[in-house]
Amino acid sequence: MAGKLTLAYFLSGGCGGCDMAIVDLSETLVDVLPRLEVVFWAPTVADVKYKELEAMPDKSIDVGLYSGMVRLGEQEHIAKVMRAKCKVLVAWGACAALGGIPGMGNMHTREEIFKTAYFDTYSTDNPDGITPQTRCVVDGKYELTLPEFYEYVRPLHHVVDVDYFVGGCPPHHSFVAEAISAVLEGKLPPPGSWITGGKAVCDICRRNPALRGEEREPITAVKRTIEGVPAEGKCLLQEGYLCLGPVTQGDCKALCPKVNIPCRGCGGPIPGVKDFGLRAIGAIAASLANEELVDQIPSPVKLFYRYSLPASMLGRKVK
Amino acid sequence: MSDWRPNIVVFACNWCTYQGADLAGSLRCDYPSTVNIIRVPCSGRVEPEFIVAALKNGADGVFIGGCHPGDCHYREGNHRAIRRFILLKRVLTSMGVEPERVRLEWISGSEGKRFAKVMKEFNETIMALGPNPIGRDGNGR
Ligand code: SF4
Ligand code: SF4
Ligand code: SF4
Ligand code: FES
Repeated sequence: MAGKLTLAYFLSGGCGGCDMAIVDLSETLVDVLPRLEVVFWAPTVADVKYKELEAMPDKSIDVGLYSGMVRLGEQEHIAKVMRAKCKVLVAWGACAALGGIPGMGNMHTREEIFKTAYFDTYSTDNPDGITPQTRCVVDGKYELTLPEFYEYVRPLHHVVDVDYFVGGCPPHHSFVAEAISAVLEGKLPPPGSWITGGKAVCDICRRNPALRGEEREPITAVKRTIEGVPAEGKCLLQEGYLCLGPVTQGDCKALCPKVNIPCRGCGGPIPGVKDFGLRAIGAIAASLANEELVDQIPSPVKLFYRYSLPASMLGRKVK
Repeated sequence: MSDWRPNIVVFACNWCTYQGADLAGSLRCDYPSTVNIIRVPCSGRVEPEFIVAALKNGADGVFIGGCHPGDCHYREGNHRAIRRFILLKRVLTSMGVEPERVRLEWISGSEGKRFAKVMKEFNETIMALGPNPIGRDGNGR
């Protein structure tokens, strides 16, 4: 790719962790910086206004990274602007690609969320019962606006066409370097795909029984992470800690099992899987030794859909 | 709503429930024409995705029929099926789907009459529940 590559970055309904994952590249970032021109990075890094982005010619930006889910009217608007201005648009991280942690909000209605946030929480004092309004007039003359808070969380591809998806909450910095170089060098899979090494967390995990030539046995207990201590070098799932490594992309290099924590699926579904939670349900249930164990799994929706509820087939709780 | 007819999807294991459905036919047992049978090699082949895809694409009820415990042609398939089914049902219930819309039964190749009876029952359950709300309110996409 000749000349500088132009980059736009937007932090939508996310936590900023995905921005940090790029900044964390440090030395690698310094290497690629001379080849990169950041034309927009809101609201965290560059002071470029929305109207300046809106004024750029269509398809004038080489790559757009969109992190975070879409819950607000403002986020939807910038998603559309980014789509128009960027040649390649990437759903960057679990929130943008799948809905992410904030996507669990889809188990509740907007009314329930407002009730909790603006009335019920211990630290809230709201005697006038005020909730966010899209428009209000102050002192009879100043009109103020807020973006609309939509009923549900959506992943980016439910709002605009997305060229590539990158999983991780946030994407692991070693993989960020790979993904960014793939984009810089134009070594990309067909549009619509995930940028991934394509291996499951289990394929990379050193606890995998297959590495010792052992067969997987049916799981005879369901344990929470606070119960007991996992045996050194043994598969967490085998021990009853419900690890979602079998169905999760392992671009993090099996980070969690390395530190005794079962995988919760932030890397996104392994290739070919449309609905992460349903595939995880199939995989975990099939490996349990008996039916009684199934009932011992706590909060299954929030376990199996921790990062992917909005992108799932059902998408949200049915009213 | 009076002329509404449910759409019922039945995943029937080739080695038992599908044969049971065949026998129901040969015995000329009546069962509702709302039943649409999909033959699968084993109840263990029915992934949770199949069930939810059916519910999302217009099924009002989904039924899985497998071999009795111990009789699965592939030995373990029906054991996997029931565990997945119980877990999926818990998840669907939390997500606001009426649990009665999905049902799993073991029906062998010699149980033609029972196949017809269970289908009638399931049809009545779904008739009582009414149309499946998924999809109508734009769930998912
Ligand atoms: S994917 Fe994780 S790190 Fe990235 S914005 Fe969402 S919550 Fe934050
Ligand atoms: S299930 Fe978890 S602990 Fe076991 S091999 Fe896979 S990733 Fe490692
Ligand atoms: S092990 Fe799983 S949950 Fe942990 S970082 Fe990797 S993909 Fe995410
Ligand atoms: S072959 Fe019938 S359930 Fe497995």
